[in-house]
Amino acid sequence: MLKTINLKKVYPNGEEALKGINLEIPNGQVVALIGPSGAGKSTFIRTINRLVEPTSGKVYFANEKNDITSLNKSKLRKIRRQIGMIFQEFALVERLSVMENVLSGRLGYVGFWNSFFRKFPQKDIEEAFRLLQRIGLEHMLDKRADELSGGQRQRVGIARALIQNPMLLLVDEPTASLDPKNSRQIMRLICELCNERNLAAIINIHDVFLAQNFAERIIGLKAGEIVYDGKPSGLSEAILTKIYGEEDWSKTAAN
Amino acid sequence: MPIIKQKDYKTWKKFDRKRDLQNWLCWFLGTLIFSFCFGLISSKTIWFYVFDSHNEALDLLGRMFPPETNYFFTLIKPIWDTLNIATIGTTIGTLIAIPLAFLSANNTTPSKKFLRPLALFCIVSSRSINSVIWALLLVAVVGPGVLAGIIAIGLRSIGFCGKLLYEAIEEIDENQIEAIEATGANKAQIMTFGIVPQILPAFTSISIYRWDINIREATVVGLVGAGGIGIELDAQIGDLAWAKVSVILLAIVVAVVFSEWITAKIRKAII
Amino acid sequence: MNDKKVIWKRKPLIKNRLLRIGLILIISTYLLSVFLTTEIDWQRILEGIPRGKNFIFAFFPPDFITRSDEILAGIFESLWMTIVATIVGILISIPVSLGAAKNIAPKFVYFLSRGVITLSRSFQEVILAIFFVKLMGFGPFAGMVTLSLSTIGFFAKLLSEDIEDINKSQAEAIKSTGSSWFQWVNYGVQPQVMPRFIGLSLYRLDINFRESAVIGIVGGGGIGSTLNTAFDRYEFETAAAVLIVIISIVMIVEYTSSHLRKLIK
Ligand SMILES: Nc1ncnc2c1ncn2[C@@H]1O[C@H](COP(=O)(O)OP(=O)(O)O)[C@@H](O)[C@H]1O
Ligand SMILES: [Mg+2]
Repeated sequence: MLKTINLKKVYPNGEEALKGINLEIPNGQVVALIGPSGAGKSTFIRTINRLVEPTSGKVYFANEKNDITSLNKSKLRKIRRQIGMIFQEFALVERLSVMENVLSGRLGYVGFWNSFFRKFPQKDIEEAFRLLQRIGLEHMLDKRADELSGGQRQRVGIARALIQNPMLLLVDEPTASLDPKNSRQIMRLICELCNERNLAAIINIHDVFLAQNFAERIIGLKAGEIVYDGKPSGLSEAILTKIYGEEDWSKTAAN
Repeated sequence: MPIIKQKDYKTWKKFDRKRDLQNWLCWFLGTLIFSFCFGLISSKTIWFYVFDSHNEALDLLGRMFPPETNYFFTLIKPIWDTLNIATIGTTIGTLIAIPLAFLSANNTTPSKKFLRPLALFCIVSSRSINSVIWALLLVAVVGPGVLAGIIAIGLRSIGFCGKLLYEAIEEIDENQIEAIEATGANKAQIMTFGIVPQILPAFTSISIYRWDINIREATVVGLVGAGGIGIELDAQIGDLAWAKVSVILLAIVVAVVFSEWITAKIRKAII
Repeated sequence: MNDKKVIWKRKPLIKNRLLRIGLILIISTYLLSVFLTTEIDWQRILEGIPRGKNFIFAFFPPDFITRSDEILAGIFESLWMTIVATIVGILISIPVSLGAAKNIAPKFVYFLSRGVITLSRSFQEVILAIFFVKLMGFGPFAGMVTLSLSTIGFFAKLLSEDIEDINKSQAEAIKSTGSSWFQWVNYGVQPQVMPRFIGLSLYRLDINFRESAVIGIVGGGGIGSTLNTAFDRYEFETAAAVLIVIISIVMIVEYTSSHLRKLIK
């Protein structure tokens, strides 16, 4: 489904954020990407849909011939519609209503003037209703995004990504701005939705415990390199130390 | 109610029918007003001149080039005067603006009924009247020359700085004032320890900002005789000496870019 | 008890002593040189005091009646000019400010737009007006073109700064949905800068009205022409009336616009 080959990113200031990532993700797999701050997690998922241009390497999406890194602008836009993205600070457009935020996920499918006058196809609107109902925010659809609480905002963010009808979800620390209870609910929601729709997902996450709880596969990133790739149960203290450095891990790796 | 229930399905629109109509009406009225205004302007316009203006412009540009570079040396004194008009004018303006701002700010004014409206009136009058008009008046009073320019710029700056400053004063943190009041400080002490430190940054950035604007303004007060490079500009345009005019214009651009550069530097140094 | 007295002094504004003394020196030299190089004709000023007094008294009482037709016509002309110039100026400013925002525009467009802004900001309205009057003839059209042009410099500069300050991740999120560039601007950027956009528009409307009073002096139409004529005819009572009218309109505009801005927020 997704395959990266020797993916590298060097920022203009010389920062080597990714040092050659090789990764393959099959259909429908939910992967947690863990690692300390600055490991390159955000950079990695952003090079996949080229919000950050990779310096070198290849990203194959959907099939072995479709290399995202070599697409022109309009083809890239078509690919971006098939990749949903969820952000740490929710990244809702705060001055737009909840409904507009959700519908903005369809921008890749409607023309400029239609989107300008907020004229979306009826089936998009129905899908938006369904998603809002699914995340339990149907009654809020008229509210402005900045009136919502953190957990509610992240739900809207999820709806916006899902209405794209994506094949892959890129999720950047979805719980970092949430309290523990909301964090678990959001993670559960994302994973349930992925299962329902047979969606593959890459979830960047700080919280090792949450990652172990919800993901089927864990990838440990450190200083731009993969240092672990395997089952959640395989995360031993030694490996956590390798990823995060010295610390007493006995309380976290509770499984 | 942007959810619209149809017979068998529901849909969504950004605005309901009423809001939609209102919006279109607003746009329609706006366009109408615009066309109406434009029509009035157009009725007082000789379109032949307007359509011919590009020829005129090319002609003018042709006369401006090449600029008479030697003329620049004659300009040094007027440029110096212009800078002085701006700098001294700004200084005077801000110094007078300070007490006015304290009189105008809701939280520091000693008398809400009498002094505050008076101070506000001074500020608004000073703001409403452009430096050139101030200069026009002052040239008649103190005679043509740099002094009239300085006073004109100063008078215009009072309102600008006064307004921004009193808004800054109204936004200060009351808790800090209370803390100082609680120590039993008198009015003057509250001022120096509670208020001044809080508005000092705003004050500096306002005066720098105004100085930047005043450089531009100081280039034109001369057009009505109040000193600076504007006097030269007026004279050379009067003489139709376009090759000299272009030198003046270049000098103005350089001065303005220079002042913008300096203010950016100072602002960075302060923050 | 300790023998040494502890002395506490207020922290000086500028820490470096050398810099402090240097600054004082520079400022006093500057003031001295200004004083020495500025020709101030004290004789003329002394003369001017009684003359100035007469001059100021000549303004009283303000005379709204004698030239009321001209004053009204001037005011309305200024209003038309202001409205048209503000709208035209803002419409042109929108693409310019997008071009002048570092985070949106490619380098080439960025420098081009910045150039346009700097050029339009360099010249005071009056200088621009002199040239446009020369090119397009006397009257409100030249004034309108002047005001539109200076609106661009002001508006595009401030709006582009606001665009550069937008929340990046909101814009990024819209981009990640596969939106086109225009959709991205419409959904990701525009909502974020809208409050500033409206505030600046009202502010500029106010400025344009005030400026219309001066560009008339050099032939750009509007209330400035009325004022200039009044001065030329030595009808200072009428001039005073015009000034009072300008001040009151500015007050009204300011009052309404600050209310509007509060409403919109
Ligand atoms: N825009 C940028 N310019 C320069 N360096 C950057 C930029 N974004 C991230 N980096 C650097 O790249 C490295 C990886 O960052 P990031 O991908 O954000 O890590 P993570 O998401 O794992 O915390 C960090 O060292 C960071 O400082
Ligand atoms: Mg990150």
